[in-house]
Amino acid sequence: MSDYKHIGKDFTPPDLVGKVTGQAKYAEDFRADGMVFARLYTSPMAHGRVVNIDTSALDGMEGVVGILTADDVPPVEAPNAPILTNTPTYIGDPILAVAAVDELTAEEAIARIRVDIEPLPFAVDPLDSLVEGGPDAREEGNVFARSREGSGFRTIKWTRAQVDEFRAGKEPTGEWAAEWTYGDLAKGFEDAELVIEEPFVTVGYAHMSMEPRTAMAYWQNGTCYVYGSAQSQSFWMPGLARLLGVEVKDVVLISENTGGGFGSKIGAYPMAALPGWFSKKLGGRPVQLRITRAQEYYVGSARVGFQGWLKLGFAKNGRMTAADVFIVEDIGPNATGGDASSAGGAISLVYDPEAMRFRGVPVLTNTTPRGAQRGPGQNQIAAIMAPLMDKAAKALNIDRVEIRRINAVNSQTTVEEDQGPVTSAYMKEALDKGADMFGWEAKKNQPKRSGTRVRGYGIGQGYHSAGTNGFDGLVRITPDGKIHLHTGVGNLGTYSYASTMRAAAEVLKCEWDDCVIHRGSTEANLPWASYQAGSVSIFTQTRTSYVAAMDAVAKMKAIAAETLGGSADDYEIDGQRVFRVDNPAQGMSYGAIAARAIQLGGAYSGQTYPDDIHEITQRSVQNVAGSGLVGVAKDNLPREGVVPGLAAAFVEIELDLETGKYDILDYVGIADCGTVVHPQGLAQQMKGGAVWGIGMAALERHVYDPQNGLPANIGYHQCGIPTYLDVPSVTRTAAVDLPDPQNPFGARGIGEPAMGCSVAALTSAISDALDGYSFGRTPISRDMIVNYVAGNSQSFKPLQTNNF
Amino acid sequence: MPALRYPDTAPESTAASRPNFDFTNNKAGIQAVNPNLTRRRFIKGVIASSVAAASTNAGLRAAGAQDQGSGTVERLVSLNINGRVRRVDVLPQETLAYTLRYKLGLTGTKIGCNRGECGACTVIIDGVTNYSCSTLTQSVRGRAVRTVEGLQAADGTLHPVQQAFVDELGPQCGFCTPGQVMSAVALLEENPRPTREEARQAMSGNICRCGAYDHYLNSVMRASGQSS
Repeated sequence: MSDYKHIGKDFTPPDLVGKVTGQAKYAEDFRADGMVFARLYTSPMAHGRVVNIDTSALDGMEGVVGILTADDVPPVEAPNAPILTNTPTYIGDPILAVAAVDELTAEEAIARIRVDIEPLPFAVDPLDSLVEGGPDAREEGNVFARSREGSGFRTIKWTRAQVDEFRAGKEPTGEWAAEWTYGDLAKGFEDAELVIEEPFVTVGYAHMSMEPRTAMAYWQNGTCYVYGSAQSQSFWMPGLARLLGVEVKDVVLISENTGGGFGSKIGAYPMAALPGWFSKKLGGRPVQLRITRAQEYYVGSARVGFQGWLKLGFAKNGRMTAADVFIVEDIGPNATGGDASSAGGAISLVYDPEAMRFRGVPVLTNTTPRGAQRGPGQNQIAAIMAPLMDKAAKALNIDRVEIRRINAVNSQTTVEEDQGPVTSAYMKEALDKGADMFGWEAKKNQPKRSGTRVRGYGIGQGYHSAGTNGFDGLVRITPDGKIHLHTGVGNLGTYSYASTMRAAAEVLKCEWDDCVIHRGSTEANLPWASYQAGSVSIFTQTRTSYVAAMDAVAKMKAIAAETLGGSADDYEIDGQRVFRVDNPAQGMSYGAIAARAIQLGGAYSGQTYPDDIHEITQRSVQNVAGSGLVGVAKDNLPREGVVPGLAAAFVEIELDLETGKYDILDYVGIADCGTVVHPQGLAQQMKGGAVWGIGMAALERHVYDPQNGLPANIGYHQCGIPTYLDVPSVTRTAAVDLPDPQNPFGARGIGEPAMGCSVAALTSAISDALDGYSFGRTPISRDMIVNYVAGNSQSFKPLQTNNF
Repeated sequence: MPALRYPDTAPESTAASRPNFDFTNNKAGIQAVNPNLTRRRFIKGVIASSVAAASTNAGLRAAGAQDQGSGTVERLVSLNINGRVRRVDVLPQETLAYTLRYKLGLTGTKIGCNRGECGACTVIIDGVTNYSCSTLTQSVRGRAVRTVEGLQAADGTLHPVQQAFVDELGPQCGFCTPGQVMSAVALLEENPRPTREEARQAMSGNICRCGAYDHYLNSVMRASGQSS
């Protein structure tokens, strides 16, 4: 891809220096005149009903300026998380907030308030709720199912015998709430030489973003200004306006930097709207809510957990003939599910079984709320599938890389429930590149055991759909010759807000130093943009940059023709000039073109604009109209099929059979993300994803006391966040770097598959070190390994989750 | 640019010593000060149950009650921050992270956990890294405190560690970065040419949820003049 001037080249993102000097501003670094501080009173019970709130102790308390309760904020339709609640559904559910002149006073006031809560039944393990007579996590029911036919609460119970059979590893016979299928499943298993049938568990765990989420808000002339911790920027606006009960035009969101999100801040969340309501109650006075680390555990979201059953059929040649998966999904108290079906989709896409069925039942629990977390569904199932693929390879006497190659998705594969196309896929190439870099052929036959230490070699595959379309792009050239790149992408730390705008610079053939990125605030005149999540930014937002820049180029050529004569087709651009192809000396600089655009007005300078752009983009164009040449367009480029982000990883571990501890000796991660847009950024994602996979494979999980519903691990180390010492010192990464035909630059996303391949490679390597034994569970903790090696039973009963 | 406000501060420093904030998006007198007030449980020597923590958020009541009875500790103190003396009104149980962020406007120091787990608040005191969330401000009187704001040269030139973090694209979300930078600076001042393993051990008190460890280690090795 060496023809590109910017694509595929490293650069210094404009926010980077601020991050190393401490000048980068996160939500809690802002302050407004007269600002007061809010703190939360959160539920000490897993499920209950508030019967009385006694705030009399606050009467006349110096420094207290207000109290906000659930009665002050609009109700949110269940099971969506409310801003404040009188029926808490988990420990840590926010019940009320107090604002004071400083946080100390606010904390003191919170401690003086007495809240009487009537306890209600609760469940921390889905199977305890699913069993007949078991408690329901919400009064509306114990299941929230969503489907194409409709969504809603349900109450689903299995007999004790059905639950016991499920625990024993048998195919579940209880009721399910969602199902899809393709192909002839029965025939697929009939044709199979080998059938593998296994139960599995993936325990949920907290996002634990570094920044305890903060929001500050005030009202000015009917507009609510929100300083938030947002994963997306423009995409937040409709949801934030809805939470605040106003129109999108009446909200300004400032979010320059965000201290991690990982799926927990894709759209506006209730805590981001709380200060706005509090400020409204206080006559517009600025209110800042900064939550604690423990509260970040509570409201900061967590990964959905699985309890499931898998049946896989393989032909003699290793081809997967059938896959049947059933998943009981732990969706916490608020989430509405989706991980399980996505997991089914991932089995379909990554392994391409000839026939497949998915069934699932999303069960509510009184644990911390769940939400999308990096590869939601795809990465849980990747961890479970990898050792099973190894088991099949061993039984069929096929090389473990080869069985994955045989079933690998390619550009012709039809995928998922609808058996639709993919835009392109090069999993085979990723496996080959990884095997080569890792030295698979040499390593796989090495002696494994040395005393109590044993080597294990693992292979993992990751997938997430990585691109969408239909959003807007906006670029602007001013008479000073500067190229203004307006981006509505959030700043999550991937630098894609900048790397996707380099696509516009590429089209405009301009110097990066002459570009100015506008971002981080609604008032920076940003276009409507995709969610900064789901690995979509690179594919989606390079397309919007492309269409906006192409619009600008067409307008520049038209202006040149109108000014200098001829037709637009007679002109070309380069060197930040528009010039006649037959006489390059005759032309205009970008600055001169911009000045002329202002004179001419109309679409040239944004006085008029396409009618299919989003209202957010429309307002931004109105604001910049007349300031230069404006390129603006909606991405109407064709897209057909799933845009797959794919990755493969190879890992070597040395496991101590006496302690269950292992060291990761080598890690190779290969991305199939189309054309590489930002090499350093890609490496960051692949390596950061590897760290996340290591955490999920071995360290991170929810632990709840089943008697009281108490969370036992609300701090970083208790949660098992990987540290420098848990991950390899060096992580090797590379990319297939083959272009996708449905992106103008050939690019697709990668953030989530970067983790999926890692967790799968780890579970595969641990299994390999233990002669192919599959725990069917994440995380695989050291005590589990020691218990297995010693022949002891595990500390949990089969399929138990959210517990020790 | 609006004037910065430093509540409770008796400024002795020059304006030039103050951090150079960017207020590009500021509205209505927004100021870059930060509140942070979660009190330390270690002050009280009490390990609160998670229920208590949930219901009171940080167990501040006892600390607040203590404040009222304390009159023996001098509150207006001189602190040596980044080579400048700052006069600050400091409560007896106030943490250094709070003083830096809330009273001195040095918001580069981040608070990720406020309980000595994550290292986002790392500062250097007399050449040694400390978690400022777990350090009482009163205990650093007469000692030299360095924060991330003190690394850049007066002409804006980045410290070699900062430059290496930029060159290697060290940070992702950046929230842990100031702490990572301070740990790297302290390491290289004591051991200018560490092995990668030594760097890994020295940095291990700083958590990065984005998982940027590899890039951070590359940055440390680059800053030490060794290829990564």
